[in-house]
Amino acid sequence: MSIFVDESTKVIVQGLTGSQGRFHGLRNRDYGTKIVGGVTPGKGGSDVDGIPVFNTVKEAIDATGATASFVVVPPKFASDAIIEAAGGGITFIVCITEGIPAHDEALTFNRLVEEFPGVRLLGPNCPGIISPGKCNIGITSGDIALAGGPVGIVSRSGTLTYQALHELSMQGVGQTTCVGIGGDPVPGTNFIDCLAEFESDPETKAVMMIGEIGGSEEERAAEWIKLNMTKPVVAYVAGVTAPPGRKMGHAGAIISGSKGTAQAKMDALAAAGVHVCLNPTEAGAKMVEIVKAM
Amino acid sequence: MDLFEYQGKQYFARYGIAVSPGGVADTVDEAVVVAQRVGYPVVLKAQVKVGGRGKAGGVKVANDVEEVSEHARGILGLDIKGHVVKRLWVERASDIAKEYYASFTLDRANKTHLGMLSAQGGVEIEVVAEENPDAIAFLSIDPVQGLSLATARRWVSEAELDEIAREQTAELLVKLYDCYTNGDCDLAEINPLILTPDNEVHALDAKVTLDENASYRHPEWEEFRGDEFDDPREKLAKEKGLNYVGLDGTVGIIANGAGLAMSTLDVVNQVGGTAANFLDIGGGANADVMAAALEVINADPKVKSIFVNIFGGITRVDEVANGVLEALRRVTINSPIVLRLDGTNALEGRAILAPHLSDHLIAEPTMLDAARRAVALAS
Repeated sequence: MSIFVDESTKVIVQGLTGSQGRFHGLRNRDYGTKIVGGVTPGKGGSDVDGIPVFNTVKEAIDATGATASFVVVPPKFASDAIIEAAGGGITFIVCITEGIPAHDEALTFNRLVEEFPGVRLLGPNCPGIISPGKCNIGITSGDIALAGGPVGIVSRSGTLTYQALHELSMQGVGQTTCVGIGGDPVPGTNFIDCLAEFESDPETKAVMMIGEIGGSEEERAAEWIKLNMTKPVVAYVAGVTAPPGRKMGHAGAIISGSKGTAQAKMDALAAAGVHVCLNPTEAGAKMVEIVKAM
Repeated sequence: MDLFEYQGKQYFARYGIAVSPGGVADTVDEAVVVAQRVGYPVVLKAQVKVGGRGKAGGVKVANDVEEVSEHARGILGLDIKGHVVKRLWVERASDIAKEYYASFTLDRANKTHLGMLSAQGGVEIEVVAEENPDAIAFLSIDPVQGLSLATARRWVSEAELDEIAREQTAELLVKLYDCYTNGDCDLAEINPLILTPDNEVHALDAKVTLDENASYRHPEWEEFRGDEFDDPREKLAKEKGLNYVGLDGTVGIIANGAGLAMSTLDVVNQVGGTAANFLDIGGGANADVMAAALEVINADPKVKSIFVNIFGGITRVDEVANGVLEALRRVTINSPIVLRLDGTNALEGRAILAPHLSDHLIAEPTMLDAARRAVALAS
């Protein structure tokens, strides 16, 4: 099985008529994802390569029965787009937008929790989610993923997600679902949300987790793993050599004071029984070894 | 973007937060003019983005023209932990009865805002947090609810500020929260927040970090730009729109994606090398971006080899390969380049590069192999 999405998930693309939305939306459809509509205010009634475009999320849902939305709009419009999706009845939102102000993110996250408690947001600033062979919402290249499981992947970084998929697929080890949670300070979905889903998914036998410096999500995940996780977890944390006080690209990737270092995260994960590896290649090899021994 | 103290105070003033009257001075003469305007005694404060200015001799009180001149001469040009003082903030000296601490920042674990308030200001808050954590009143603020004056009033009494300072401080905290949220700060900190013998509360220092993602709605931030980089490499990178952080090593790094770039630094380190920089060229690895990236790294005299690590997702490797070749036609690169190209259209990309490979342009099949090669070339 896959987590969060599957082959029947109907998806609308908010921002389908933009260049990015069109490119990724059509790519996702080519992969086999049920992209049933697009939303761009003022462009309702038109279409993008046969995909109908609506003025509002509500109209799109009424016409298509979509439950998921792929948000591909510029930072200044992203928060409104997310809230509109939730208000319209979407229950799973993937937002790839990079560069949303931190205060907007914090506000949107709390509005979702308070006003739309059943809604899950993935991202912002994430590569999206792919369940190989079933559904791909986001910017991950479908051809580097391999269907059939048994590995679940959850990652804070985009390109390292691709690297992880690549390392496993090259060795013939498939994935149930690969979730990119994104590198921003207030992610809608965190490691624990994904670990819990993978733990209860019968087809996922092992989980690969990719973290990075900044915040304390990896440490919290380690606590959760220690108490709840029965499946093997392999982890890699990027940024061992990153100096304190400098943002490493992602808004969330910054070591403040003595907190958020890669070493502290690796220590916490190792103490929780996680197989901690020093680079993505090593992590891939470790996971292949675990899967082959099953 | 971190602001200098004087910029932080200017920013606070926009939101109605009381600060001491003062002005900036880049020369001794300017310092004298500002001092005459605000009235003696004055404090001269070195404008550097590093803590411990006082101990380093970067903060002095002056009672007359002679003292202002003497101290301004002494502080301008002073080296404080590697930061050379180019500018002073000269302000009216304040009599201090009590020193408090106040700040707002994002609590990432809790996904709310976090306010910190303490009656023990004037020292590093990390020290207070360690030695006497009960002296800090923490307040978790739901971004949807915001901070009301009623809550601020409860907060100042919980922090056990002096009675006389409470109402003024509560009002100031609401303004500081307004500055923090509507001003899009990652951090808004006042240490110390002082109570004067005349029972006035105002900000004696300002530490502000602005969220660059919000710059599109803050045209007023332009005035803070220009001198935010101490590192000339970072200045050049910023001009070229690159996501660059300067480091001290000898292997120049170019990668697509922040995670992969961080990971590249780690791998270079693991095989015995040191990275000269972090550089994420993002998804658009075309010739312009690649040329700009190579140019910035080429300008770093410490760089002995360059490691280009690309994993094509949306970025197509054949485009990256063409970008590298085009960039090499435009810029003469001093150091050998080691390429690791994987992902979407990797075979096509490698084929494009194959006829051009040499001692100066080397391809390796994996990230680890490429790291070893780049490190060997740098040593």
